[in-house]
Amino acid sequence: MTSFLYLAGLILLLTVAASLIRIHIGPTRAERMMSAQLIGTSGVGTVLLLAGAEGNGAMIDVALVLALLAAFAAVAFVKASSPDGAGDPEEDDR
Amino acid sequence: MNLAEAFTILFVVAGIFFFVAGTVGLLRFPDTHTRLHALTKADNLGLGLIAFGLAFRMPDVWGVAKLGLVWLLAVLAAATVAQLVARAALDRLPDLDEKGGAR
Repeated sequence: MTSFLYLAGLILLLTVAASLIRIHIGPTRAERMMSAQLIGTSGVGTVLLLAGAEGNGAMIDVALVLALLAAFAAVAFVKASSPDGAGDPEEDDR
Repeated sequence: MNLAEAFTILFVVAGIFFFVAGTVGLLRFPDTHTRLHALTKADNLGLGLIAFGLAFRMPDVWGVAKLGLVWLLAVLAAATVAQLVARAALDRLPDLDEKGGAR
């Protein structure tokens, strides 16, 4: 059973490798940010699988923090990418 | 192999399937917004199914609650980020040629 969970974690790491390809190709900066978001989520998935394999509850906190950081990274990208830095979805005078 | 392990395997396989589908979509789709669409599927559904599958293995209710919390955070983050990135990418689209690559 744990070997199955480790195999699933390995497949998730392969998806991380695949999203690195998109980072290399990605014409626009948004695609690179999306792949970074996918890497964050695959990381969270992998840590969850490892937590499930070893029945270790503390690793779920690691996954929680990783999910939080991935979200903040994407928000930072959006705030940096809009000219006045506000990145406010409502303001349309750009 | 009791029922709980069967459920775990079933849901984790489903979660992995959505992750791989989202990643393939991210690589193969023609332009930014369709890639973003594929990506958020992988985020929400893939992670949700994996978390749900693993909940059967958690010894106590706190582990299940934490798994639910991780999934809830991931869902909220992915939804919000998808909107923001989509809007940020909207007006800055370079004139893409038909294959979706920047001209």
